[in-house]
Amino acid sequence: MSLTARVAAPRYLPGQALHAEWTKFRTVAGPAWLLAGVVTLTVAVGVAAASAAHCRSATCGIDPASVSFTGIYPGQAVAAVAGVLAIGNEYSTGMIKLSLTAMPRRLTWFGAKAAVLTAPVLTASALAVAGAALAGRLILPGHGFTPAHGYASLTSATDLRAAVGAVLYLTLIALLSLGLAAAVRDSAAAIGLVLGVLYLFPLAADVISNPPLTRHLDQIGPLPAGLDAQATTGLKALPLTPWQGLGVVALWTAGALLLGALVLKSRDA
Amino acid sequence: MTTGAMAPHRSRLTPERESFWRLVRAEWTKFRTVRGWVIAVLVTIVAITAFVFVASDVSSSCVASSGPSACPVQPTGPGGVPVLDAFYFAHQPVTGSGTITVQMTSLAGQVAVGQPSNGVPQLAPGLAPWSKAGIIIKQNTSQGSVYAAMMVTGSNGVRMQWDYVNDTPGLAGRVSASAPRWLRLVRDGATITGYDSADGTHWALVGAATLPGLTSTVQAGLFAAGSYYDSNSCTYDVSFCTRATGVFRHIGLSWPATGWTGTNVGGPNFGVPAPGTLRQSAGTLTAASFGDIGPAAGNAYGGNGQSLQRALDGTFFGMIPLLVVAAMFMTAEYRRRLIWVSLAAAPRRGRLLAAKAVAIGAVGFVAGLVAASLAIAVGLPLLTRSGPLAWPVSLLTEARMVAGTGALLAVAAVLALAIGTIVRRSAPAVAIVIVVIVVPYLFAFGPLSGSQPQGSGPGGGGGWPLQITPAAALSVQQAVPQFHQLIAVYPLVNGYYPLAPWAGLAVECAWAAAALALAYYLLRRRDA
Repeated sequence: MSLTARVAAPRYLPGQALHAEWTKFRTVAGPAWLLAGVVTLTVAVGVAAASAAHCRSATCGIDPASVSFTGIYPGQAVAAVAGVLAIGNEYSTGMIKLSLTAMPRRLTWFGAKAAVLTAPVLTASALAVAGAALAGRLILPGHGFTPAHGYASLTSATDLRAAVGAVLYLTLIALLSLGLAAAVRDSAAAIGLVLGVLYLFPLAADVISNPPLTRHLDQIGPLPAGLDAQATTGLKALPLTPWQGLGVVALWTAGALLLGALVLKSRDA
Repeated sequence: MTTGAMAPHRSRLTPERESFWRLVRAEWTKFRTVRGWVIAVLVTIVAITAFVFVASDVSSSCVASSGPSACPVQPTGPGGVPVLDAFYFAHQPVTGSGTITVQMTSLAGQVAVGQPSNGVPQLAPGLAPWSKAGIIIKQNTSQGSVYAAMMVTGSNGVRMQWDYVNDTPGLAGRVSASAPRWLRLVRDGATITGYDSADGTHWALVGAATLPGLTSTVQAGLFAAGSYYDSNSCTYDVSFCTRATGVFRHIGLSWPATGWTGTNVGGPNFGVPAPGTLRQSAGTLTAASFGDIGPAAGNAYGGNGQSLQRALDGTFFGMIPLLVVAAMFMTAEYRRRLIWVSLAAAPRRGRLLAAKAVAIGAVGFVAGLVAASLAIAVGLPLLTRSGPLAWPVSLLTEARMVAGTGALLAVAAVLALAIGTIVRRSAPAVAIVIVVIVVPYLFAFGPLSGSQPQGSGPGGGGGWPLQITPAAALSVQQAVPQFHQLIAVYPLVNGYYPLAPWAGLAVECAWAAAALALAYYLLRRRDA
């Protein structure tokens, strides 16, 4: 009787990969701290920004949602770190060899990794955005964001859409980071690349004085496009509609994940 | 070497100091032998330089709408500085050396509040801080010609001003009939000296100005100018919305008097609601005018010239690869367990940290120096394609911008190294560094800029993000000057920062020093 006949052919089910990755995720302290960091930073900076903002007339032109969600600027950096480390730690500790031995189907493994990252990041983002929105709801009416100044309510369908946009934006940024980390396979380089891509477009748009070019930069950059998804006032003047903005971010994320999957598939680990 | 007769080599440095430079050398070797790190620093240099092509792509609105010829031209004074030069001038020609003296008994001010009816705007009382009237000796009545003047101002006392950018205080306090101010200008060759007095007998020297190229015959006389006032504060839609009315008595000229000629310098309607006026009655002259004499900086500049600082706009994006390398310079030691070897070789941990800081700081400095030199060399011709810069940049300012960019990157690299030492892990360290350095810069433009009161008087835009975070160091690249005697908006997009150049760099240094101190403490206290 040959040896192969006695050993059952291994079956690499996505469910098993998911379970394994979830176990890895929940049994180290790092991810939980990072997600707590996303919530804390987003809410704290949101509170600070709301406390500093004042609307003194009906034409102050300040979007209350952009004030409440100011914390997304630094908060997304923490979400990006969480995304990068999900893959980066595998490479930096050499764990990747063991992981791929246990789960040779690399794309299944990658998909499980992404799925296991998505659920907790989505939850943390929802908490962060809910906290920031609540802070804005409590603080901003006392700072001139009143119906008399044209802010009828801070809990309309538009505000809900902005909050959903912010949650999805944070989650997409974490996945974008995961994809790029799989592509460059080094945590430091990956986080530099992610934050470079995020902050390049608004930096460039701020300093150049060529309106058409600025508008294009605001359309194609993931960060400004994501801001469009979080806007509640002056929607007609935005370079993209809110859902188009979220679509641009999703395209960036899809591209990064595809790139990561291709590199993972084609290179030695 | 092998013979005992030869004296062994002894370093002139103390053993400690020599071993420190060996450590620095060792750290430098660690840096230069990692190919990826060297490439990353080169990417920083290339990114900063290449960004010039994006930043210099300026399509100003006047070009887009009606062709370059429609762009407003700002008059320029000595040295090519853009100037405001629109005021009422009651003058007579005088030749050679001499003196002009006057007693001023009143300075009143009005603000234009409505559109003009029959060419006369509606006026409400209101004296601007820098509304001015006094005596002036000026080359001629064309805009931008050299001058020196003694004046009383709305709330800044007696001043001597010359050649648009210079300002020296004299007697403090507001002028009135009970507290008159005597002003005197003495011309001797190309030098004009200003004196003031409260009683007309006891004179005090205020200042002396040398006016290059002053001809023998010049125009001397009385002037009034309402001062430039940030047009956001005016309900009237022009920049010169304030009018000054000065009352002059006991006018004395050492030259033969030929009678006053009234001229609106800059033309009767040069951006002012109404031309100036002169009334004479029984030994008293009253001159009233809108306008200003001074530098055209901030939003008082009406031309379409660019700030040279634009050439360095790529710094904050381009430094990201350098920051990644600087953080990894320490975190890679932990990841590869090289830290054990490093600390075995250099057991005094503070010295290891110092050696690393020196090595990576030097790399950052050189990278910044090279990048800024290249960016300015490439950017200057691009930015001046359609006209001169918004403000002429002296060689000294250019040197400060280049050296400052080097220092900015060096200190940022040291800050990244310190944070890497504190956190010990690459990804969080890099993220923290970028968030504390780059994100405040975004805030300054973005969500928080609207909630900051923007510049009345020097101070620039951007608010606290560019005052208390490491991003404050950006002010070291400022190429346009601010003037206390010009109340205007100094916007961030035009290259004005809230802190003085070296003060901004000092803020970044304070951050780096604090982070290094914490890193030193933790490195000594922790197991590696």
